[in-house]
Amino acid sequence: MKTLLRDLRDFFVSLKLTVALLVFGMLLVFAATLDQTNLGIWGIQQKWFRTFIVWQEVRGISLPIFPGGYFIGGLLLLNLLAAHIARFKFTWRKAGIFLTHLGLILLLVGELLSGLWQEDFHLRLNEGDTKNYAESYRDNEVALTDITDPQFDDVVTIPEALLERHASVQHPKLPFRVVAKAYYPNSLLQMRGPASPPSLATTGLGLEVVAAPQPMTYKTNEANLPSTYVELVAPDASPGTFLLSTGLVAPQRFDYGGRSWKITLRPKRIYEPFSLTLVKFSHDRYAGTDIPKNFSSRIKLTTPDGRDDREVLVYMNNPLRYAGLTFYQAGFENNDRTTILQVVRNPSWLLPYVACAMMTVGLVAQFGIHLVAFVQKRRAKLSVPAVA
Amino acid sequence: MKPSLFPALVALGAVVAVALTLKAPRNPGDYDVVAFSRLPTLVNGRLKPLDTVARTTLLLTQGRQRVTTPDGGSLPPGEWLLDVLYRPKLADTYQTFEIVHPEVLALFNLATTDGAGGKRFSAQQLAGHLGELERQAKLADGTESAIRTPFQRGVVQLRESVILYQRLQNSLNDASSTDFLDRLARFEQALPAGLAATAPRGGANPHGSADAKLLLEMSTVFSSLDSFAYLRTIPSDKPDDPTGWKTAGGAWADSLAQGRIAPAALTFAAIGRAWQLHQPEAFNQAVRSFRASLDTAMPAVMTKCDVEARFNSAQPFYTSASLYVLAFLVAVISWLKWPRELGQVAFVFVSIAFLLSTVGIVTRMWLEARPPVTNLYSSALFVGWGAVALCLVLEYFFRNAIGSVAAGLVGFATLLIAHHLSLGGDTMEMMRAVLDSNFWLATHVVTVTIGYSATFLAGFLALIYVLRGVFTRSLDQATADALTRMVYGIVCFATLFSFVGTVLGGIWADQSWGRFWGWDPKENGALLIVMWNAVILHCRWGGLVKQRGLMALTIFGNTVTAWSWFGVNMLGVGLHSYGFMDSAMWWLVAFVASQLAFIAIAGLPLEVWRSFKAPAART
Repeated sequence: MKTLLRDLRDFFVSLKLTVALLVFGMLLVFAATLDQTNLGIWGIQQKWFRTFIVWQEVRGISLPIFPGGYFIGGLLLLNLLAAHIARFKFTWRKAGIFLTHLGLILLLVGELLSGLWQEDFHLRLNEGDTKNYAESYRDNEVALTDITDPQFDDVVTIPEALLERHASVQHPKLPFRVVAKAYYPNSLLQMRGPASPPSLATTGLGLEVVAAPQPMTYKTNEANLPSTYVELVAPDASPGTFLLSTGLVAPQRFDYGGRSWKITLRPKRIYEPFSLTLVKFSHDRYAGTDIPKNFSSRIKLTTPDGRDDREVLVYMNNPLRYAGLTFYQAGFENNDRTTILQVVRNPSWLLPYVACAMMTVGLVAQFGIHLVAFVQKRRAKLSVPAVA
Repeated sequence: MKPSLFPALVALGAVVAVALTLKAPRNPGDYDVVAFSRLPTLVNGRLKPLDTVARTTLLLTQGRQRVTTPDGGSLPPGEWLLDVLYRPKLADTYQTFEIVHPEVLALFNLATTDGAGGKRFSAQQLAGHLGELERQAKLADGTESAIRTPFQRGVVQLRESVILYQRLQNSLNDASSTDFLDRLARFEQALPAGLAATAPRGGANPHGSADAKLLLEMSTVFSSLDSFAYLRTIPSDKPDDPTGWKTAGGAWADSLAQGRIAPAALTFAAIGRAWQLHQPEAFNQAVRSFRASLDTAMPAVMTKCDVEARFNSAQPFYTSASLYVLAFLVAVISWLKWPRELGQVAFVFVSIAFLLSTVGIVTRMWLEARPPVTNLYSSALFVGWGAVALCLVLEYFFRNAIGSVAAGLVGFATLLIAHHLSLGGDTMEMMRAVLDSNFWLATHVVTVTIGYSATFLAGFLALIYVLRGVFTRSLDQATADALTRMVYGIVCFATLFSFVGTVLGGIWADQSWGRFWGWDPKENGALLIVMWNAVILHCRWGGLVKQRGLMALTIFGNTVTAWSWFGVNMLGVGLHSYGFMDSAMWWLVAFVASQLAFIAIAGLPLEVWRSFKAPAART
């Protein structure tokens, strides 16, 4: 038993394991980079890095082909910690190495946390428009809005994850249950013809339009079009089953229990405690060419409490950081009249900065020590013949 | 031992030879073509001398700057440009289009024997079949550029060259008519009267006068010239604002609205007439008075144009490349004979070549007002520069000519790569929006490029160890140990710079895109270099490898770096396919294969190593 424990310890603290993990890490990064041509940058992160095992479909069968980023990164973290606890004795000569590895531990943890915590949204603003929310790139939600009171909207949203599980949702603000009957991450909307198969929908637009499931796409120039069939079940006369899709832009209306409702499937929203108005978007080009020189959005930032009411300029390499969110100039459309801002929430954004500063100082110190020792030794060697 | 005079003499000779390449170019005939070549123009968003336009166009269409005339003579780029601009029929006979693909040649019913050097053809030779070229190029357009066949790439590239040539021909002159400049002269005289006739004045017939008719005719010509012209040579009123620069056609069209002709437009017409009618005095007079007016209006622009034209004709990187080859040969010979003297000579050659590259890079930085690395071309220059700088340091410490050999090898190789990258057009491009940040270009890009330099240098030093050890008896224990220390030191240096460079890239990405790390191919490439250097260092520290193992690992660093530098770019082109097998890709594959072969050689048993099997060499 003791020998087994010692073997285990020796395995985890060994430098051979470090080297092997680094080599495996390189293979992982290399393969993932090549795979970007198939899956795109988002797809490979899920498949290769944010996973313990990389699965590859070979003739319809999913096979584990490689240890994933969590596996290799996690083992590297264990290896680092174990080696430092078991072997490392602090001396000033090794301070540089120590600091570098401490920084690396922080960097690995930081990458894990940003993988878990970081959220990306985008905000599309036409000139003159005001919005107090941003939309997700990938996640969607079903929104049920009580619009009976024209002064006030009461919204209940149901995230995509529940729809995928075909969950049945009961909410105190809703007089009916919401049952997800089908969910397609990507779909094709078609008009129903006489030859069409029977639809799940019993009311609304689903009577005329049908959604056919499609394989997910990862191409940069194509988007997925998710659709879902949800049934609203009430003890008495149920409102029925709706076809909802991000492809159907306008919400569908219905009345139930003396109140008016809107239902829609839309990109997941994050509401902000302030609102942004696009004053002007500018797209500068170099003279006589189409080469873009700069994109910038002049934006008015207002908070309901009136504490902030000012104009800010968001442009390339100069984002707006406000209330834990960062707004970057990401794109434009509609003949330069609409700006697209990327909105990022990443509570751990400071970690890589700290980690990298530690590693840089550590490396400089360590190699500096080497260099000084080398030069001194050399001087001593050169001065020998002179003395003799 | 008395210091030998020989190295000093060679150094002096080299300095004189280099100085000769830097002297100002002279006019071959009576025309002041040099002064003409220095006149500014706006192309691709940058103000540059016409000389640069001439040279980059020639590099793009035929891969070299010298033009051969049908009678076997040779034209400097400036004269060629004048012929293209003002004597289009004559210029059409110069063989300046390189076509190498036999099937592309077949489109034009041409054989290699029809071309100069078997591969250069004239616009006249292509003229009859441009419609077919256009049709084939359109067919090729439908295929993604990364997966085009060599034939498709050939037609697309040739179409690009032909269009560029035609746009150049129609920049200051209507190439389709023979008497455009004469009609322009008549237009000048007719302008006041013609404008008066077309002015809406009570029911007078506006098209009655012949002058008005000429104006109308010319205005259509002007607008088509304006839309087609490549050069914007007519300065704006605000000298430092390049957005106002106009094409000649545009300026002439404006004269119809304003009743006044821009002086620069008149000048270019006068220059053209003098060139067509063989009147050197009139030519020189027009160029010089225009130049004098520009000197007062925009002295800063003109200084830059002068320096750039001078830089173009001096070709410092070409001279450096030759010196690197020389240094390499001398240093290699020094291992066999006269190590002291030849070692010094090689060191001198490397130093001069390095100085010259430094001057070249600094000049480019000043012209662009940018840090040294802005695109792939300048990264090649800088990778070589950084590696040679490290070699000079090594040579200073070790004095065993290894630094000079490595410098010659890396210096020449990187300049050769740079030369091939320069065939794509002007190497001083405007920076796209997200890259338009001198701070990050100066910090992140420079650091990460130095990381490339150092990783390559370590790899080349390891190559020297393996090749000398296996194939010669010259790798004694002292040299082997010295090389090992060099490689180890440079790998440490490479680790530091690649790491810091990668991190700075992460910070830039966080500043501009909101994520520190996004697993983008270029980021991954940089990460791979850092990881591989870490692997080398940990293997060494852990005693997992000895000298030979260290060398083999370091040689593999060459392939990792080459992949990060070029491979990921090819990947970016073929975003949706693996079909990115264009010519550069084959070079990359060949390079990787060669490095793997060297690693295999490094793995040969010690009995095969000539340096190690002979006991005498191990003392």
